[in-house]
Amino acid sequence: MRVDGSKAQVDFGEGVLREVNVTLVDAKVGDYVLVHAGYAIETVDEKEALETLRLWNEILTAGKQ
Amino acid sequence: MAEKLRFRDPELAKTIAQQIRKIAPKDETVKFCHVCGTHEWTITHYGLRSLLPKNVEVIAGPGCPVCIVPAAEIDEAVQLAKKGVVVTCFGDALRVPGSEMSLLEAKAEGADVRVVYGVSDAVEMARREPDKQFTFFAMGFETTAPSTAVEALGNPPENFSFLVSHRLIPPAMELLLGVGDLHISGFIAPGHVSVIIGLRPYELFPRVYRMPTVVAGFEPVDVLMSIYMLLKQLSDGAARLENEYSRIVKWEGNTRALDMMNKAFAVTGGNWRGIGRLPDSALKLRDELVAFDAREKFGVHVEQGKDILLGCECHLVIIGKIKPDECPMFMKACRPAKPVGACMVSSEGTCRVWAKTAAH
Repeated sequence: MRVDGSKAQVDFGEGVLREVNVTLVDAKVGDYVLVHAGYAIETVDEKEALETLRLWNEILTAGKQ
Repeated sequence: MAEKLRFRDPELAKTIAQQIRKIAPKDETVKFCHVCGTHEWTITHYGLRSLLPKNVEVIAGPGCPVCIVPAAEIDEAVQLAKKGVVVTCFGDALRVPGSEMSLLEAKAEGADVRVVYGVSDAVEMARREPDKQFTFFAMGFETTAPSTAVEALGNPPENFSFLVSHRLIPPAMELLLGVGDLHISGFIAPGHVSVIIGLRPYELFPRVYRMPTVVAGFEPVDVLMSIYMLLKQLSDGAARLENEYSRIVKWEGNTRALDMMNKAFAVTGGNWRGIGRLPDSALKLRDELVAFDAREKFGVHVEQGKDILLGCECHLVIIGKIKPDECPMFMKACRPAKPVGACMVSSEGTCRVWAKTAAH
């Protein structure tokens, strides 16, 4: 939601906002981050997530035939 | 993003479960091992074992970073607290039994022990109260170690130190392969450790041990898919390293985090509760940072502690040799409200995870 040096304001959903340390990642406003004990440890790749689901569906449909 | 992503979709889960039944071997038993408390939680909470054929087992290895911290290191924290140092720790660490007492019991006797959400909160406390000494009890696997590294390298205040109890997962996985009658057929590798370390440290499992290995995420569909992928490898007669959790885990891991870990820590041998000493499985602060090493700063060194109480089977639960309900104490003498062994304390402990569902 806001990045300020090593600190960022992160929306955890359902109204929970918390300051998180982003030293370990390249995060910009609007990114999804994986947070562990107050530190963002990775950004989440939405394209890769959708691609994963698409591939699974493909594999599973192939298995059905 | 949530609406588009279906990692908890029951229909998708059902399809995967069907495919699992289709490719699972018909007679021989296969046993997959995960090494992550959160995987155990997903599997137990969503009842995933009930979706698998009877001959496909999933067991829990040493995946709880709090459970495997030896009593000697809890004793060191208790000693620090009794010396008047403010000991900050994760909530899970509070009730883990030491040889004589837990940190919670030390607190009850008047020691200043405080739970923090992360190490940065502990550093901030130390800055706010410069007339007191603070130490952070740094537990956790590779997922947590980078945050300790960031603070250790980030000029912590003079009244701050670290009691480092970090451990590394790949050496523990390798140990499991040496446990004679465990007969593991594949590894479900931990997603959030892998976020940091990437896939390379697992390469030896398929290559040297012919052990199928799949890095998996934590939604129910992730775990089912990883089981499907492992079964597929077995039916192909192959042993590969695969990444089910590619939306977060990169092959090379988080290089920035690895770099900071490497700058802050040296790899050393370490004791694991219920397991013993494993070479190259623990982290300690590098010599340049010795001023922030609580053990050196306050001369606190405990070599040997009382890890397992008589009758407690934590040492067998930790390596997946027995299930929690095979321990005679489970939900009798040992319960979440009054844990005997470390596996019943942490929310990631296998016994603690099972207790939650056993109660219903």
